[in-house]
Amino acid sequence: MRKIRLIIGREIKSKLKNKTFIIMTILAPLLITGFLAFMIKMTQSEKTEQNVLVIDDSQLFKDKLVGNDYISLSFTNQKLEKAVGEFTEKGYSCLLWISPTIVEGGAGAIKLFYKKSPGFAFQTYVKDQMERIIYESKLKANNIDPNIISNSKQSIKIILEKVNDKGSTQEQASFGLFGFLTGALMFMFILMYGMMVFRSVMEEKTNRIVEVIVSSVKPFELMLGKIIGVAILGTIQFLIMGLITFILTTALSAIFLKDASSQLKVFETQQELVKKNGTNVNFNELEKFDDKLELFDLLKKLQKIDFMEVFICFILYFIGGYLFYSSIMAAIGSAVDSESDSQQFITPVMIPLMIGYFIATKTIMDPDSSTVFWGSIIPFTSPIVMMSRITNGVPLWELVLSLSILFVSFIFTTWMAGKIYRTGILMYGKKTSWREIGKWLFYK
Amino acid sequence: MPDILQIKNVSKKYSNHVALNDVSLNVAEKAVFGLLGPNGAGKTSLIRIINQITGPDSGEIFFKGEKLTQKHVERIGYLPEERGLYKKMSVGDQVLYLAQLKGLSKAEAKKRLTFWFEKFEMQSWWKKKIEELSKGMQQKVQFIVTVIHEPELLILDEPFSGFDPINAQLIKNEILELRKKGATVIFSTHNMGSVEELCDNIALINKSEKILDGSVKEIRKANRTNTYKITFKGNLLGFTNALWTGGEILEKHTEDEIHSVTLKLSNGVTGSQLLQAVLPICEIHSFNELIPSMNDIFIMKVNQGNEAVGTQSNYTE
Repeated sequence: MRKIRLIIGREIKSKLKNKTFIIMTILAPLLITGFLAFMIKMTQSEKTEQNVLVIDDSQLFKDKLVGNDYISLSFTNQKLEKAVGEFTEKGYSCLLWISPTIVEGGAGAIKLFYKKSPGFAFQTYVKDQMERIIYESKLKANNIDPNIISNSKQSIKIILEKVNDKGSTQEQASFGLFGFLTGALMFMFILMYGMMVFRSVMEEKTNRIVEVIVSSVKPFELMLGKIIGVAILGTIQFLIMGLITFILTTALSAIFLKDASSQLKVFETQQELVKKNGTNVNFNELEKFDDKLELFDLLKKLQKIDFMEVFICFILYFIGGYLFYSSIMAAIGSAVDSESDSQQFITPVMIPLMIGYFIATKTIMDPDSSTVFWGSIIPFTSPIVMMSRITNGVPLWELVLSLSILFVSFIFTTWMAGKIYRTGILMYGKKTSWREIGKWLFYK
Repeated sequence: MPDILQIKNVSKKYSNHVALNDVSLNVAEKAVFGLLGPNGAGKTSLIRIINQITGPDSGEIFFKGEKLTQKHVERIGYLPEERGLYKKMSVGDQVLYLAQLKGLSKAEAKKRLTFWFEKFEMQSWWKKKIEELSKGMQQKVQFIVTVIHEPELLILDEPFSGFDPINAQLIKNEILELRKKGATVIFSTHNMGSVEELCDNIALINKSEKILDGSVKEIRKANRTNTYKITFKGNLLGFTNALWTGGEILEKHTEDEIHSVTLKLSNGVTGSQLLQAVLPICEIHSFNELIPSMNDIFIMKVNQGNEAVGTQSNYTE
């Protein structure tokens, strides 16, 4: 045991001294949060202050077209030609001109003059409001109460409820994308650390130091020490990355989502009211949140995820999947002499991992298909596929079955890898084939 | 001397060839043992089995009378033919790590490493990475790795390859000093000069089988060919006549009236009989028996073995 500890220690130390490793550990969370921030930013509209001068030749919009927190509108009766030349000097950012024939429609009915583009969000804001004003005024012209129209519109939402074994139901998050991301993360981790074991084994073999080491420890101990060392290293890295990501996202949500959570509460109570009282509520309250619907959806889905369950499953499947693949990688590393030979042996190992990844993409669309089920049971793909399913609610027996198969399989692959490794590390100069490796399994 | 290592009927097969076929050897304690043989004879296979890197298919090995097990690795030091160290690791860390794998505590390993660094005058190397050292320097580090845990049995596979003559001499002296301190040294080599200089006993392996073993002195004695070199002043014709049928002249050479003759005596004729026969007719300057070198014996035995494929057992002992 003392010797395995020494090997584990060396493995960890040598990697911790590696600059790329340290940079990766810090850079990855930055990239992840950066990406997240970008996504959230995209769902929020741009808010640059706009001071708009409006020339309304149709006389339809005065007092109806209103600004908001960051858009202020001032109506004027100036001539258009004059105003175009002057509006920037008078401190307006743009000039909106509405033609007298706006109600009849047609292109060129409204013009926006600017020096600096006011952005798409501003255009949408103004356009939506004006369309509604025209709509309502046309209804009025025909003696139709706008309330009748808006009351007869009914938006619907499908609420997913999965019936579990006890017959009770539970509203599902069905956040396929999140599942897929955890699956993809698992794929990356297994591959990354598997390759780390592979390189470490090959380095010792090509360095020829391995013969000195196996004269002190059993080859199996050396292999095990390496695999465990990289596993500990991976866990440390994962925790550091997790911590940095957590801190960054907390800071990030404090900046970006300041009001979103409280706004979501208001929005939800409003929705409840709509459910209870039917149409007899103030729709304006709901409309206020129109531009935040995407964000609310994201937040609600995130709130429904049981992060503890995801975290525990991730750790368990990472350990199982990593040990399963890294022992195979160690065996291959021992069998090859050079990086260039290794490709033909790595590819067949990559294929099941890739298949797992593709099944995980299928989970987004079709989480209960039989491909996904079997993919999450068979050890070659189960760590990736099961992670992609986890937010959809997986019955406990499936989890237990899949994990048991995975752990029994890794004991088997480790045992087999030990046999191959023992012979492989001392084989030089020969072109290795799968047949040859098969024979090593049976050497004494 | 008792035996530190007894190898009994060890065989090892790989999928398409036999590496060792029923090899038995005893290695005496506190002596230098040479493991000789041409390339591919099975020396490295045997060395790996002694180091428990691989296991034999059949046969047994005893270390000081106990069956060889994993616990003995700490009492053995091994320098493989293909040298290797971690390129990116510092010299100090590396040796400490490998010494600890051989069972030393970290403090003890540090103490001994300091001693060796001072001895080889390489204190400044501690923090250097192996890839920054010259090949000869790397070899010195590797030698320290091999002996730092003060093994009772030291196994060196081609220890002198890659050393310049000065470093080779340094290592040679270390080997002799370690023997003086009570260590047993097994080394495999092609360098027959160093065998005569260093080895007390040898074993010769050819084509997976042991074909010769024993003490170097006795082997050379046993392989005497009754050949002598004699230098004298006098009549060469008279010398030849006196020799008569007692022997055959292999080579002769004359310089300043001094003849130098190499001759092989017939079976049953001794050196003193030759001397008695020629003494009356010439003035003898020197008289030497030509004992074959280990190099000659090596070549002779291996060639014999190769000629007699299939009946190699005739040549054991």
